[in-house]
Amino acid sequence: MSAAPPTAEELDGRIDAFLADHDPGAGAPLDFLRARFDAGLAWVHYPEGAGGLGAPRHLQAGVDRRFARAGAPTNQPEANGIGLGMAAPTVLAFGTEEQKRRFLRPLWTGEEIWCQLFSEPGAGSDLAALGTRAVRDGDGWVVNGQKVWTSMAHEARWAILVTRTDPGVPKHRGMTYFVCDMTAPGVEVRPLRQITGEAEFNEVFLTDVRIPDEHRLGEVGDGWRVATTTLMNERVAIGGQDRPREGGMIGVVAGLWRDRPELRTAGLHGDLLRLWVEAEAARLTGVRLRQQLTAGRPGPEGSAAKLTFARLNQAISGLELEILADEGLRYDDWTMRRPTEVDFTRRSPGYRYLRAKGNSIEGGTSEILRNIIAERVLGLPGEIRVDKDVPWKDLPK
Amino acid sequence: MSDLLYTEIENDLRAGVRGLLDDRAGWTGVLAGTEKDDPLDAGLWRALEEMGVTALPFPEEAGGAGATWRETAVVMEELGRSVAPVPFLGSAVLASAALLAAGQGPGEGLTVLAVPLSTAPRGFAPTVADAGGRLTGEVRSVDGGLAADTLLVPAGDGLYAVEAGAAARTPVVSLDMTRRLADLRFDGAPGRRIGGPDAVDAALTAGAAMLASEQLGLAERCLDVTVAYVKTRYQFGRQVGSYQGLKHRLADLWTAIAQARAVARHAASCLAAGDPDTPVAAAVAQAHCSEVAVLAAEECVQMHGGIGFTWEHPAHLYLKRAKSDALAFGSADRHRAALAELVDLPPA
Repeated sequence: MSAAPPTAEELDGRIDAFLADHDPGAGAPLDFLRARFDAGLAWVHYPEGAGGLGAPRHLQAGVDRRFARAGAPTNQPEANGIGLGMAAPTVLAFGTEEQKRRFLRPLWTGEEIWCQLFSEPGAGSDLAALGTRAVRDGDGWVVNGQKVWTSMAHEARWAILVTRTDPGVPKHRGMTYFVCDMTAPGVEVRPLRQITGEAEFNEVFLTDVRIPDEHRLGEVGDGWRVATTTLMNERVAIGGQDRPREGGMIGVVAGLWRDRPELRTAGLHGDLLRLWVEAEAARLTGVRLRQQLTAGRPGPEGSAAKLTFARLNQAISGLELEILADEGLRYDDWTMRRPTEVDFTRRSPGYRYLRAKGNSIEGGTSEILRNIIAERVLGLPGEIRVDKDVPWKDLPK
Repeated sequence: MSDLLYTEIENDLRAGVRGLLDDRAGWTGVLAGTEKDDPLDAGLWRALEEMGVTALPFPEEAGGAGATWRETAVVMEELGRSVAPVPFLGSAVLASAALLAAGQGPGEGLTVLAVPLSTAPRGFAPTVADAGGRLTGEVRSVDGGLAADTLLVPAGDGLYAVEAGAAARTPVVSLDMTRRLADLRFDGAPGRRIGGPDAVDAALTAGAAMLASEQLGLAERCLDVTVAYVKTRYQFGRQVGSYQGLKHRLADLWTAIAQARAVARHAASCLAAGDPDTPVAAAVAQAHCSEVAVLAAEECVQMHGGIGFTWEHPAHLYLKRAKSDALAFGSADRHRAALAELVDLPPA
């Protein structure tokens, strides 16, 4: 049996000792981050030896605050969201000891960026229909196929990859999960330009890519179960902090309304007030959700947050263009760029309007989210599944 | 930031009130009651008084429970769930808030604030004149007006306590059959001044804030009843709840109700704490919850199909209460207009 998980006070003591030994201001940032990982103070809810101390998850925020106050170098988590949020928990859950040792430390320190090779042109909401083939070849695998909507593929060293290894069984059964080396021969990354003009995402073409069997995560044929773990971690992430009133996109439009009386009409006023109330209701719902989480009573309301956020962003950004009238006819820049983060406030209203269209598609469409709420929260019957018992190779494509 | 969750005490209070209402205000009884002459369920009202939930925000030394508007809001949720015919809104909310604002204890007998139910919280103008403590004028559509022992009447620039027998009271055939209103007429009725116009304004703000919780409870009940029904009703060989045409609307309704819970709790907490933000919180709560409750009741009727349009099914009780509540203290649009001023989003 392992010892009892450390308390907040014990973590404080360990941080004091660590900072006494490692001056945050001196030496290379990477050395500091590696030492922090080795001391178990990276993600304290991870097990010992994997960057953590088996502490309760909610203590992590306090640990991060202490290191920030000490002026410690950060691992720039915003640059490796897929790695930290999705790849790491999957490696932890299904990886061998050797895989955890190889992948987790450079992932956490930010030395190695990760991306996700899941969606395909023919497998969007129905991810389990994916057709990228992995065929066994000696002590490894040969992979052929096409993935899409891959953010950071052009920066990434590693990818989490789901493939089809047995086309002769129904779709959920014949999949296998790998870690793919993005520098391997046969991996080709092409930017995928989106309706805003820029390319946050990529298409990734895999042609005879060799993956050693040591880079398989989980059993052969068990890829769906491993992928489900990854996707559940995607949905755990709920917007971090309480925002003040008018803290989101509604604040931009409310400010415009106050500054430009000449643009006001009675109809737009009604629309603005309606959306202002909806935004305030959504904000308070987020506050309540976080109060539930803090009290250790997470509610199912989290599954609705993305649905609301998408609808509001689209409606508010659409209203902003209508208020702007003539200025709404202009766009800031159609130049093809490769942004590393999405920032709604630093671009033009036209950009906000177009980018918000992605909010109801990315990370689960609003239609799929409504199915999830209806089935998992309200207990309504599931969708009819005509493909359930059909071998993948016989499905219409 | 206010606590938007329910405390253990509030959950216990809810369980007690729900138990009483399940026992005494099942929907078949409520429906049958609408065809009787009695405007309210006097036995149920006495039982609520005995539970001590009709004077929650008064201090204990004044004969109250020493609780707050947060607990009162929980009672409102349960009354919304059951659409019980008791004058809690006119009495335990409006009259209590007016009395508290005027520095008074609970009134003698059933005390009701004599304002039209549709009165918006800002800019109320009395329709009754005062001449040396003698009141003359009419007040339409008063909740609890028929059953009241004491009426609190805004008149001139004051608030007056009037013995209910001194008013001519006419029952109104009300859209909401479970909240029967009365028109009141005063012809030189003697009144005792107990407070100023501030007390009336405070009562109307409290009413708007508390009504949101009633609307929340009603919406939750409509969703529960509807979800249960669409799981058992088969058409074309399938549960009707398996069609996305219904599933997605119910998911959206559930989402809107989760938001209603947050805004209603926020309004109740602000009111309980005397937060200066209470007028904004109450207006947001009314603008949002009025529409959610009506949507929930309308979806309840529609998704029940034919049976939802019959007198014998309770859906119409919820629909009538929901639409009536949406007009109470002003429609959602009036609350949005109030917000325009409160948060500086001026009209064209």
